Amino acid sequence: MDRIPILRMGPFLLVTIQVDLYDRLALTLESDLVQMVNKTGARGVLIDISAVEIVDSFMGRIIGNIASMSKILDAETVVVGMQPAVAITLIELGLPLKGVYTALNVERGMQLLRSMIDLDEDQDEDEETDE
Amino acid sequence: MMVISLSKDVMRIIKDQDVVPFRNRVKEKATKIKMGLVNQTKLITAASELVRNMLKYGNGGEIVIEVVSRGRENGVRLTFKDKGPGIADISLAMKDGYSTGKSLGLGLPGTKRLVSEFDLKSEVGKGTTVMIIKWANG
Repeated sequence: MDRIPILRMGPFLLVTIQVDLYDRLALTLESDLVQMVNKTGARGVLIDISAVEIVDSFMGRIIGNIASMSKILDAETVVVGMQPAVAITLIELGLPLKGVYTALNVERGMQLLRSMIDLDEDQDEDEETDE
Repeated sequence: MMVISLSKDVMRIIKDQDVVPFRNRVKEKATKIKMGLVNQTKLITAASELVRNMLKYGNGGEIVIEVVSRGRENGVRLTFKDKGPGIADISLAMKDGYSTGKSLGLGLPGTKRLVSEFDLKSEVGKGTTVMIIKWANG
C-alpha cells in the first residue's frame, strides 16, 4: 500500500505531500502521523502542501483532524506552502481551516514551531524561579 | 444562448483510486481551453467534492466530461450520474452545514459556489444527476 513518508527532525515531524492524495492515502497519513507523534514524543508537526494542487472538504477535514489530534498529544501542527489558488478555493468552499496554524514556507513554519515550543519552556523556567 | 458540446468523454468511477485519474482528465480539458489556474483549481475541487458524494452515497457511477462553448465562451461541463438512493429534500441538501453522513456538509453548497452553473436532479430510489459548468473566464 502507498504511504506518505514522515521524517523526524529533532523534536519535529516533517511531512511533504508530493503526490495527489486519494482518500485512503490521506486517512493512512492521519493515523501514521498521530502514531508517530505518540511514539517519538514529537512537539511539532510540519506539513508541507506546496505540491498539492487540490484541497477539497475531505482533505481539509483531515488536516484539521491531524492538528486537533496532535494537539491532544501535546504537539503543534503547522501547514506550510499552500498555493494561492488553493487558498482562494478553500475560502469559497467555506473551509477556512480554523484552528490550524499556517506559514508561507517551510522556513517560516519551522520558525513558528520553534517559537511555540521555546515559549513553553520559558514559561516553565519562570514558574520554577517563582517557586 | 445554446451550449454546444465540442468533445465528450465518459468515465466510470467505482473506487477511491479512480478519483485521481478523473481529476487529471478534468485538468487536461481545462488546460486545453486555457482556463486560468484559479478557475482550474475551483473546477477540480468542485469535481472532487461531487465525485466523493457519488462514491459515498451512490456507490459510484458515471461522469461525462465535455468541452462546451456558448457564444465566444469555452468551458468544461461535467455530468455526474449515479444510481444511488437519491436525495429526498434537495433544498435541505443545498444548505451549508447539512449532512446525512459524517462530513462537514459543505459539499453541495460549497461546490455550487465554485462553479459557473450548477444543476441537481434527483429521484428517490432511482439516483442523482449533478451537472456543473465552469467557463474558462467565469
